Amino acid sequence: MIIERHEIEKLATLSRLSIDEKTITDVTERLSSVLDLVAQLQSADTVSAQGISRPFQVSQRLRADEITEGNHRDEFQAIAPATDNGLFIVPKMID
Amino acid sequence: MHNYTIAELVKGLQSKKFSSVELTQHFLSRINRFNDQYNAVITVTADQALQAAHLADQRLAFGSAPALCGVPLLHKDIFCTKGVRTSCGSKMLDNFIPPYNATVVENFEQAGVVMLGKTNMDEFAMGSSNETSFYGPVKNPWATDCVPGGSSGGSAAAVAGRLAPGATATDTGGSIRQPAALCGISGLKPTYGRVSRWGMVAFASSLDQAGPMARTAEDCALLLNCMASFDDKDSTCVDVEIPDYSASLNKPVKGLRIGVPKEYFSEGLHPGTEEAVKKALADLEAQGAELVEISLPNSSLSVPAYYVIAPAEASANLSRFDGVKYGYRCENPKDLQDMYCRTRSEGFGEEVQRRILIGTYCLSAGYYDAYYGKAQQVRQLIEQDFVEAFAKVDLIVGPTCPSPAFKFGSKGDDPVAMYLEDIYTIATNLAGLPGMSVPCGMVEGKPVGLQIIGNYFDEARMLNVAHQFQQVTDWHRLMPKGIS
Repeated sequence: MIIERHEIEKLATLSRLSIDEKTITDVTERLSSVLDLVAQLQSADTVSAQGISRPFQVSQRLRADEITEGNHRDEFQAIAPATDNGLFIVPKMID
Repeated sequence: MHNYTIAELVKGLQSKKFSSVELTQHFLSRINRFNDQYNAVITVTADQALQAAHLADQRLAFGSAPALCGVPLLHKDIFCTKGVRTSCGSKMLDNFIPPYNATVVENFEQAGVVMLGKTNMDEFAMGSSNETSFYGPVKNPWATDCVPGGSSGGSAAAVAGRLAPGATATDTGGSIRQPAALCGISGLKPTYGRVSRWGMVAFASSLDQAGPMARTAEDCALLLNCMASFDDKDSTCVDVEIPDYSASLNKPVKGLRIGVPKEYFSEGLHPGTEEAVKKALADLEAQGAELVEISLPNSSLSVPAYYVIAPAEASANLSRFDGVKYGYRCENPKDLQDMYCRTRSEGFGEEVQRRILIGTYCLSAGYYDAYYGKAQQVRQLIEQDFVEAFAKVDLIVGPTCPSPAFKFGSKGDDPVAMYLEDIYTIATNLAGLPGMSVPCGMVEGKPVGLQIIGNYFDEARMLNVAHQFQQVTDWHRLMPKGIS
């Protein structure tokens, strides 16, 4: 299956990735090769299958809506790229 | 001391033949001398290890220490370790020092196990050759021009190279079993939900599972006794009774029905690997097991289904790496979008970016049903194949990988050639079943792995059969050249 260059550019935007001009041809080729592989799924007769998102119908447990953790803000902010006065700092979004 | 199994080390520690400090110093010295050859260990925690060893010796002196107290181990660098860098093999997390321990790490710490350091791995556990690590490839101790397998290649090479008697690892599509096979050691992926995933960097959450690597099945049982626990912090952890995995190792295999899937002996299987696996099956038959031919008719669809489901989950899981709260951030971003895009493009390697793009494609509007929905349906068919097989047999046995370790770069530029390395291991992850690999032969001077697949939560029976196999064979005792 051939994926078009403009589709790669759209996927990169959705994925928040930058793909430079030098590599986009290689990326397109290799992604097409993987999509060829996964296209084999279309041959499967799946009429009888509803589909599963996790093994052996295991369901995620719910827990009581109680606070189980203390406040770790200082520990977490100690490993952040940029903080100020308890806030995570990011580039300016609005002028 | 490095040739002792973990079971022998436990006896030696408890009988005071040697101390944990002596043992820890010995393995630290081996890492120091030999790691340059293998690149298996990316962080060495020498001071912390010696401190833990002193404490373990004190506990051992009181005579009430847990079984593994004082035994040194390595952790795959996917498990969060408090105060110790957890990189997941990525530039993205090269500066990440977690403020907490993963449950697996905590379990071992409580048991008095000594952490020697962290092992190299494919970036974010995405790879089958350990060539995608930010820290460079790991070399296979049996042939240093060949890959050790992946993604837990560092753990496997470290155990094979006697840098540690055991190591933790994880398996999303074969990442414990395939490197265990290529490095000639034993490795076990438990049933999904058996071991807590809390504090383990997520790749594909419905497939990821942690497990042990060691030289013998007996040692894997000892490690799994410590790793397996029900954990409130992991909502996918399953609350099923945990047996003593060492207790049933000595049961005879006579009368066990072993399923041999015909699809696992088809085109693409290296003739030497096929011969070694068939010889191992004959050994099990000679011990009294009954071999039954079975069919897993949808197994050829496991790789295509996996390469929709795993990238789809990865694209969601890895969206958290945005340069805001932890990990890498690009220099001088001009705005928020620029920061997100450059942080992720500079921080992630090529394979990780490829899988994010595939996952985004399969989940995007217009393609979701054709790809993700279809893959989920195929996943159910694959699971159903195993359910039907386990109605007839107790275990399923076949090859772990299609061929022995391959040379670096030999899979070329086509990612699909690499993906097919996991053709025999992926289906068990999709079904959530436990699987293990034990050494069963040598081809061209490189090890071959025998895969044993069990029914849900039947790890004890897999370990029993693997241990009995290791009582009548000596493949697990062979050592790579240069190790004495």
